[in-house]
Amino acid sequence: MSHEPKALGGRIFTRTFCICMFVVAIAGYFVVKRLIFGIGAVTNLNDGYPWGLWISYDVVVGTAFACGGYVMALLVYIMNRGEYHPLVRPALLASMFGYALAGVSVFLDIGRYLNVYNLYLPWQMNFHSVMFEVAMCIAAYIFVLWLEFTPAFVEKWGLKNFGKKLDKVIFAIIALGVLLPTMHQSSLGTMILMAGYKLDPLWHTTTLPLLFLLTAVFMGFAMVIFEATISSRVYELSDETSILSKIGHIMVYVLGFYLVVRFQNVFMRGYMSEAFSGSFLGNMFLLENLMLIIGLVILAYPNYRNSPRLLFIAATAILIGGSLYRFNTYMIGFDPGTGWKYFPSVGEQMITYGLIAFEIAMYTLFVKIFPVFSSHAPAESNN
Amino acid sequence: MKMKRRDFLKGAAGGLALLTLDSKVVDARTVEALPPNALGILYDSTLCVGCNACMASCKKANSMIPEMTGEQEIWDNPQDLSASTLNIIKKFSSGTGAHKDQEEDGYAFIKRQCLHCVDPSCVTACPVTALAKDNDTGIVTYDKNACIGCRYCQVACPYNIPKFEWDDPYPEIVKCELCSHLIAKGEISACCSVCPTGASLFGPVAELLNETRRRLQMKPGKLYKFPVYSIDSGKWHELNAPKYQQHVYGQDELGGTQVMYMAAVPFEKLGLPSFPKESFVSMASGIQYAIYKGMVYPLVVLAGLIFMANKNKKSNEEKQSTSTHDQGEDA
Amino acid sequence: MKNTEFDQDQEQVGGISRRDFIKFCSAVAAGLALPGAMTAKIAHAITNPNRPPVIWLHGSECTGCSMSLLRAEHPTLEKLMLELISLDFHETLSAGAGHQAEEALEQSVEANYGKFILIIEGAVPLKDGGIYCRVGGKNFVDIVRDIGPKAGAVIAVGSCASWGGVAAMAPNPTGCVGVSEVLKDQTVVSIPGCPPNPYNLLSTIIHYLTFNKLPALDSENRPKFAYGRLIHEHCERRPHFDNGRFARAFGDESHRQGHCLYYLGCKGPVTYANCSTSQFGDAGSGCWPVAIGHPCFGCAQKGVGFNVPQFTVSPVLHQTPAAGHAPIIVERGEGVSPGSAALMAGLGGVALGAGAVFAAKLDKGSKHEDEEA
Repeated sequence: MSHEPKALGGRIFTRTFCICMFVVAIAGYFVVKRLIFGIGAVTNLNDGYPWGLWISYDVVVGTAFACGGYVMALLVYIMNRGEYHPLVRPALLASMFGYALAGVSVFLDIGRYLNVYNLYLPWQMNFHSVMFEVAMCIAAYIFVLWLEFTPAFVEKWGLKNFGKKLDKVIFAIIALGVLLPTMHQSSLGTMILMAGYKLDPLWHTTTLPLLFLLTAVFMGFAMVIFEATISSRVYELSDETSILSKIGHIMVYVLGFYLVVRFQNVFMRGYMSEAFSGSFLGNMFLLENLMLIIGLVILAYPNYRNSPRLLFIAATAILIGGSLYRFNTYMIGFDPGTGWKYFPSVGEQMITYGLIAFEIAMYTLFVKIFPVFSSHAPAESNN
Repeated sequence: MKMKRRDFLKGAAGGLALLTLDSKVVDARTVEALPPNALGILYDSTLCVGCNACMASCKKANSMIPEMTGEQEIWDNPQDLSASTLNIIKKFSSGTGAHKDQEEDGYAFIKRQCLHCVDPSCVTACPVTALAKDNDTGIVTYDKNACIGCRYCQVACPYNIPKFEWDDPYPEIVKCELCSHLIAKGEISACCSVCPTGASLFGPVAELLNETRRRLQMKPGKLYKFPVYSIDSGKWHELNAPKYQQHVYGQDELGGTQVMYMAAVPFEKLGLPSFPKESFVSMASGIQYAIYKGMVYPLVVLAGLIFMANKNKKSNEEKQSTSTHDQGEDA
Repeated sequence: MKNTEFDQDQEQVGGISRRDFIKFCSAVAAGLALPGAMTAKIAHAITNPNRPPVIWLHGSECTGCSMSLLRAEHPTLEKLMLELISLDFHETLSAGAGHQAEEALEQSVEANYGKFILIIEGAVPLKDGGIYCRVGGKNFVDIVRDIGPKAGAVIAVGSCASWGGVAAMAPNPTGCVGVSEVLKDQTVVSIPGCPPNPYNLLSTIIHYLTFNKLPALDSENRPKFAYGRLIHEHCERRPHFDNGRFARAFGDESHRQGHCLYYLGCKGPVTYANCSTSQFGDAGSGCWPVAIGHPCFGCAQKGVGFNVPQFTVSPVLHQTPAAGHAPIIVERGEGVSPGSAALMAGLGGVALGAGAVFAAKLDKGSKHEDEEA
């Protein structure tokens, strides 16, 4: 059995790829419209809701989905759990595109994109600003992710000399690749903390940075399970349920700790009654945690987490719960209180869907061209 | 396994520490103070008659276009602050709305504009220092050449003041800048220079605060002098004092503001919510400071990570050279 | 003023009572927005025997501006005005005619070279060398080019002289233009109107006599004291405009109530003049078009009068807030729309469905024991 990553090869223009590119084309129309006519022409964003779907999904949720590379690097290279090694590159691939497209989305979302260089002018930098730190970290991390993936490029294109030099410094790059997400994922929580009363008290707490970091970790793991399950079936790779279920086991502790902190925090601040009041936001709180609890329960039992189906369902539930938590903090639980309302417009949605579709298409492209997947021969068929 | 449990415990301890450290981290950032020559406006809702002269002069002084809502496009009648309205008079009305400055069955006016906070949330939030507080006058100004249009200032401002040019392909953030361009010429803010009743009064914040103290001590119904245009204009009206709410809005709210309000109707009714003395940004910033000040913690963690990654790499290379087995189990 | 001095003055001012004379001078001072202390100075200037004369030329005009000067409600002022401003030459009012009158004009011009005030009423036709207005055998354009540079100050009275007026109305077959287009090297004060309020002209002349310079002028050389604001900005019906009370047809209920005439085509919002405050006929208030219920025509404003049809609704040059106020909280923003909700629900449903189908195909049982704790 080969454990060296190998490119899958095969037809690029599959049905999935073509559907994705079609969605990208539709999104392209709205992107052009946004660039020519302004943000108001394409989105429903307004002065009450200056941040909407683009920031909430593409940046906040999307980067959490893209934390697979972060947690796998932490697990494999820092904590030296080499048995998870085959999962690293696929996770890294999802991460680098997830973060790069978050960057693209930010570029479309900010109004004065040509002034972005001001972030790098020392006399304009504002170190008091949480967003400054988030922006710098994410920009650096995109770069680091692509560097972390460079060994795949080296293998594909046989860049032996470069490969040797890279090998000498890769450990420092990996270390950065673990530090940077720790910094900015928690800072995403601090960022919305500044909204003060505008964020419903079910979510507004000084513990936000910790909760955001924890959600990033378990969503990263969940995404690894989710994406590994799908690709092993789609590309007929060998079954990886055993290591995936071990990851699921790790998640039990992280998720369990998160839920304890979350509920204790809401209880201590006295908002449990609001959670169960039947109000819209109370129900969103319950829904987000229900999804996480379903995932936790499944993963807690070895019999359940060894079942590929239940493992997949658990990962999906956790992804839904985690992303709902982040949507709640940035969009759904946010209300400036001055009579504004907001729902993402068609144009706004299409650009987001286009970015997701682009990522999926690029993923299918890269796994065929570059050595990403490690296990190829279908050892014990599961179907 | 050992590592896992250790890390878990470390994480748990850290998390619990953060939970309990709530109050302590707030002190980690210094709270801003009022600048020495802080300029501001005292708006007295009881003096305002809703003539809207301040709205017209503000548009003219700042070259803003009229905002025509409704069916007839002949007036400038914005419904709220916007990308072309830096200053608006709004009216609170209850019941029959017949009596001025009365909470029940009454009406009152309120002037909404940037409050030029002493500890501005927008200035702390802006990643590129496009919004900055003048060290001398305390006016919060906007620099469109630095602004990237991220709109974090809109999220951060507790009063929802900064507005955005949504319909512009290269939009700016827009807000009142206290007519700093006129102040530089030795004049006063446009709104105050045309207010006929003295409802909008310009002046150094320290003097305006004295004026608020004087007004709070006035006996309702007695005749007093109320200055017009600016606190030192030398011009005044003689009027009967109203019954004020015994509070100056902006004196303490979120660290204080340079544009302050007095009214006879509760401020919540006028759209000015009650806020604690500590600004939300100082709390969030305090957490940032605690973790990132001097980048000490991140660098320590990075050093640790580099050490671990390097150690693991070396040990893996050794293992590979001594055995041909791969690490880990696979299916 | 001592009695003896005034008696002297009284002779010069044609038998007017001292009170009326001082009232006149105060009115002029007020119209010019000068302090009351200026009244005495004005009185001295206009009774000074050495004051420069006024020469009044007529081009393509209807003589309405001269008529407005004479149509004051106080007939005795008729002569007063003409004597006050020492009118040396005026085609309609001169006693002489023909060569006699032309000689008098030439003499006055030479005698007062560089000092006299030249008033021009009427537009200057330029087509075909300017033959469409000939006075005394000369083309009017040549007369203007000849006498204009010799004057101390040139004032174009009326819309025709200011910018062409009705004489230059499309298709303008004679090529009429305002005086400033002919005398390009001089400052030509414009007093537009059809006709303008006579005090606009009088006050300008008296300002010149008193201070030896023209009053403050705007970018079109109109005196700011009269043309500095839009009629809309000091109209007595403005509260009706601000509160949305409009007459929609002549004779309707709103019209009878004296509501704003904006929708009947009033050009007040685009016309700079002081008709609403100074009004006409020296007869008190209520003597201007809007007050009697007819929308303003914009006769004083180039591009509006004789150009934009009477009943065309004009834009508003300087929009100001309406008389109402916004409430404290206003509901706005785009919420859910059928399209956006359908798109999200649709794609979400497809994704969940695909996920469910995929999960169903996955192996349910566990063939692998998990040995790790």
